[in-house]
Amino acid sequence: MILASQGELDYLALECLAERTIALAQLRKLADPAGGFDPLLETRLRALLPLALRHDFRIVTNMGAANPLGAGRRVIALSRELGLKVTVAVVSGDDVLSLLEPSMRTIEARGAPLSEYGALVSANAYFGAEEILPALATGAHVVITGRVADPSLFVAPIAHAFGWRLDDWQRLGRATAVGHLLECAGQVTGGYFAEPGLKDVPNLAQLGFPWCDVDAEGNGTLGKVAGTGGAITLRTAKEQLLYEVTDPGGYITPDVVADFSSVRLSETAPDRVRVQGAGGRPRTATYKVSVGYRAGFVGEGEISYAGAKAVERARLGGEIVRERLRDDISDIRIDVIGVDSAHRGDFGYPHPPYEVRLRVAARTPTRELAERVGAEVEALWINGPAGGGGVRRYAQERIGVVSLLLERSRVRPRVTLLEEDRETQAA
Amino acid sequence: MKRKLHELAHARAGDKGDTLTLALFAYRDEDYELLRRQVTAQAVKQHLGRIVQGDVRRFEVPNLHALQFVCERALDTGVTTSLGIDPHGKTLSYALLEMVIDA
Repeated sequence: MILASQGELDYLALECLAERTIALAQLRKLADPAGGFDPLLETRLRALLPLALRHDFRIVTNMGAANPLGAGRRVIALSRELGLKVTVAVVSGDDVLSLLEPSMRTIEARGAPLSEYGALVSANAYFGAEEILPALATGAHVVITGRVADPSLFVAPIAHAFGWRLDDWQRLGRATAVGHLLECAGQVTGGYFAEPGLKDVPNLAQLGFPWCDVDAEGNGTLGKVAGTGGAITLRTAKEQLLYEVTDPGGYITPDVVADFSSVRLSETAPDRVRVQGAGGRPRTATYKVSVGYRAGFVGEGEISYAGAKAVERARLGGEIVRERLRDDISDIRIDVIGVDSAHRGDFGYPHPPYEVRLRVAARTPTRELAERVGAEVEALWINGPAGGGGVRRYAQERIGVVSLLLERSRVRPRVTLLEEDRETQAA
Repeated sequence: MKRKLHELAHARAGDKGDTLTLALFAYRDEDYELLRRQVTAQAVKQHLGRIVQGDVRRFEVPNLHALQFVCERALDTGVTTSLGIDPHGKTLSYALLEMVIDA
């Protein structure tokens, strides 16, 4: 809100889709055809729409998730309720579930065909700037998309503002570096960075979100509103630039193959970092498609032990549960939180912790079996070691995600312009 | 003398499916060369042990005084289906920083 009201923005992008979010949204849409977009859409835009009109910035967001058109209609209804005149451009067509065939090969390590996975629930192509630009061209206050590559939410308005060609690979590469730095918001302003003593960050509770002042070449300067918490430094920017990047010299998006290895970062003032020099090569011929499938169930149970021999008692409890489940469940993992749950070991740390938590998790084909995992952990109150307490248990269906590549020509992106009283096809 | 990477560098983990990325940054630019020599892909694979089932590749990013490690089959099938308590592997940046080198 501070960024929106005091950031002197031209565009505000809200990136809200993690890898499997859209598959979960698709399940919500199956239950309610008017749903399936981001549940916080209304809350966020209720606050932001008046600011966007007052401060004259446009909003670009992937909060459409599995139902961008439904999200757009909700925004129109909301603006009517608020007494505002808002237009919304919706980018759709990323849902490609109907194009999939069981023989299509995934790009995961084994390259297994889709037929080896559970029932498919969603398939969404990662759109890029090319599909967002016609929506920006409508002049709409709000642009809502489904699945798009995260940096493209930023590349599109930058390319629109400067009128770039979409084969201007160098500039697209630079804007992609900017977009990648901005896409996790507070993760470049000192969020997810702090370590007391060595990497201190001031006032994280009031963490400021970033803006970037981008020039016509696609280079830019990162900053945040004065007085907000956090910090933008070389170190925070470096961590974010390589975040989730599997090849720094070839970061593939729908827009470009960007080269982050040539990026030069420099601190130009307190909380200002200049970003320049990213490179770019021609984009690939395909869309990456994220496919959600039913991946069975996971059951979990946890119980605490504290004081003398806490680790030994937790291990004994784990062995009891393993034996109890042995005939029905094979895909099981038993960890002692405090010793080996996060890193599968403790790298030789010398002292056992005072308290630990036994955690048992297992993949199961049915919800009933998943429930049994927690039930057996809970039963340690009866058949387990002394002094266990604080049981928590969970059983959830899992939606897995795999990826494949699809020829661009097979996909039909669409843009719909929503106004107060009509809907028109804009592209 | 033996030193933990934690004294010399900071790190950030990321995930893409079953692939873990670990970015390692020297606090001081002059330590980058030391990291480059000792924190090899092979050394990281060995250090992380059971965490990484597949290969580790290393990218050098001298502009950022950074090394990027890309670790295959490190997230128990990936965030959506992992049985781990930290399915993204976000805590694993600090597993890398436990590595000991001669410095």
